[in-house]
Amino acid sequence: MEKIKLNRKWCKGCGLCIEICPKNVYDRENKVSTKGFKEIIIKNPDVCNQCQLCELLCPDLAITIEKTKKDAKVNK
Amino acid sequence: MSEHLYKYLRPEAFPTPFCAGCGHGILMNAILRAVDELQLDFNKIVFVSGIGCGAWIPSPHFAADTLHTLHGRPIAYATGVKLFNPDLKVVVISGDGDLAAIGGNHLIHAARRNIELTVICANNSIYGMTGGQVSPTTPKYAKTMTTSKGNPEEPFDLCKLTVACGARYVSRYTVYHIKPLINSIKKAMTTKGFAFVDVVSPCPTQFGRRNKQPTLFEMFNDLKARSIRHETAKALKKDELTGKIVIGEFNE
Amino acid sequence: MPKLINKSLLPPKKYFMQGNIACAEGALAAGCRYYAGYPITPSSETMEHLSNRLPEVNGVFIQMEDEIGSICSMIGASWAGAKAMTATSGPGFSLMLEGLGYAVMTETPCVIVNVQRAGPATGQATRPGQSDIMQARWGAHGDHRIIGISPWSVQEMYDLTIESFNLAEEYRVPVILLADEVVGHLKESFIIKPEIEIFNRDSSFSDKPFGTIQDDGVPPMPIFGQGAKLLVTGSTHNEFGIRKVADPVVQDVLVKRLCAKIDNHKDKICKTESYLADDADYLFISFGISARSSYAVIKQLRNEGIKAGLLRLKTIWPFADEIIKTTAQNCKVVFVPEMNRGQLVLEVQRVLCNKQVISIPKTQGEAIYPSEIYNESKKYIK
Repeated sequence: MEKIKLNRKWCKGCGLCIEICPKNVYDRENKVSTKGFKEIIIKNPDVCNQCQLCELLCPDLAITIEKTKKDAKVNK
Repeated sequence: MSEHLYKYLRPEAFPTPFCAGCGHGILMNAILRAVDELQLDFNKIVFVSGIGCGAWIPSPHFAADTLHTLHGRPIAYATGVKLFNPDLKVVVISGDGDLAAIGGNHLIHAARRNIELTVICANNSIYGMTGGQVSPTTPKYAKTMTTSKGNPEEPFDLCKLTVACGARYVSRYTVYHIKPLINSIKKAMTTKGFAFVDVVSPCPTQFGRRNKQPTLFEMFNDLKARSIRHETAKALKKDELTGKIVIGEFNE
Repeated sequence: MPKLINKSLLPPKKYFMQGNIACAEGALAAGCRYYAGYPITPSSETMEHLSNRLPEVNGVFIQMEDEIGSICSMIGASWAGAKAMTATSGPGFSLMLEGLGYAVMTETPCVIVNVQRAGPATGQATRPGQSDIMQARWGAHGDHRIIGISPWSVQEMYDLTIESFNLAEEYRVPVILLADEVVGHLKESFIIKPEIEIFNRDSSFSDKPFGTIQDDGVPPMPIFGQGAKLLVTGSTHNEFGIRKVADPVVQDVLVKRLCAKIDNHKDKICKTESYLADDADYLFISFGISARSSYAVIKQLRNEGIKAGLLRLKTIWPFADEIIKTTAQNCKVVFVPEMNRGQLVLEVQRVLCNKQVISIPKTQGEAIYPSEIYNESKKYIK
């Protein structure tokens, strides 16, 4: 089970996850995709501390964080 | 979106029609989490909405009974639904223009009646869907499509308004304050009486872009900077509160 | 769905009541258990009566903050399962037009009573008129069909209110009872029979509550709280209720079906009554209180040896084209007395385009007198 799931069909690339993530997990592609924007990618999945801010704040409901860490800040 | 919340959605309605960075998507998430944490029977909730971007939050995204009504009228429709079948939980989700301009009369009377409705105002201080005209909650001096030199009018404080009308539970949070917002929506949905939640939800496309905040993140930072808790605000003078967003619960 | 036979709510016997009150009792007898309204002369008696009666029958009454709130809450209650009604007059009806269009678009059964008064605008609030006929038909924007019914007595204020509910439920359409101040405030004796026929909507579970395979059929109508996950919307939608605001085919199919639903059932819906019309040389076509005055006129003319007849429209909308053509086919002149500047006459002239159709209008804020109809018609009777 992936710890971070990004639903690219639902994501519109607003980039809030990039700004809001305390661990710099997310970034953008370099090129504009066929959807017309530079799509969001998961750059550093291993540094994710599962705070779930991205999941809670994603306006497109496109992110799912699987809570596996015991010491993760709980948001479920 | 957590897997366990997918059951509340109609997946064929996604991706949502909202702009990239629209605060209403965050509010949608918050509402569903509140419903799930309360373990409410989704088959017994009726979501009523008017016309506007905020009104598209439940319709057609929620896999529940949804009533997408006329502009300004969801509270009137909701009154009929609730009165005839009080066993239904009736939740109104609509925008600031819909609820407070054209729908203002229904808002004040429903609050006065203290009828058991949960009214969630997706308040982006603009008429987003029609291209960005001024709304009754647009801040003074803001630039909009009908106030290109700056809004000359004072905005409503919808929380003071609904408290004065007799609402039982009134609160305001921004979508930045996501955890308190979810908790407040839960309280609103379990209030035995009229509950009003004013949700400050950024519109980067129609509001932010014309007021020097073209991205959601910039608007978020602005919400964070201007928000002040109700308890703190009580101690301040009126002019110290200019431009501030007072968050919290208002008539407990 | 077949009709049911219900026992009347009130004990069966002769009653003496005001028209507005009889209308209220008719609604209750038909199963109305939700009323939302706003005070307006000359209709308020219906609302006042129901404010007392609805709690007695476990129904819901609310006086809303305005007419728009009234029609909107009525539609909401209908989707929660209620037979719902509101009553108003011209100015209130004008405010309700957007809601009326919404009820047509969402195929919501409901009854709106318009006790017409002299207009336009505030006009003469306590005086009668019949000048909202065209507004009832065309007032809501967009292509739509409604059913409009005209009672001419207190008996009909009772009976035709029941009929209005039955039609609303059968065709999932708003029905407008086009009364007027005279019939509303008249006190007459009328009969309540032991049993009445009732029609209830088909509220079986369906995932297609807004479309049927037959393009002029009436879809089933589940109600809120059954787990049907209803998608009720005033936007253009497909048979599932999903918004399709950019699809030309969906728009065409929906609008055509909403119109065909009524147009194709005209023969069943249209009710008229004819009096001495079979061999008439001179035919009066009228409705409501104007038809009562016309009835006196045809009797007087017959006494003079003139073959006069009356065709009374109980159903104004849809318009009874075929019945009118058939009834008038051998007539020399057709007269249309009405309390407006000539509204029904426009439809009669459209249908009887090769006949001499004479308008007898009256807009003095009072009932049209038989003498006024008689004097005007005599100018054309040879």
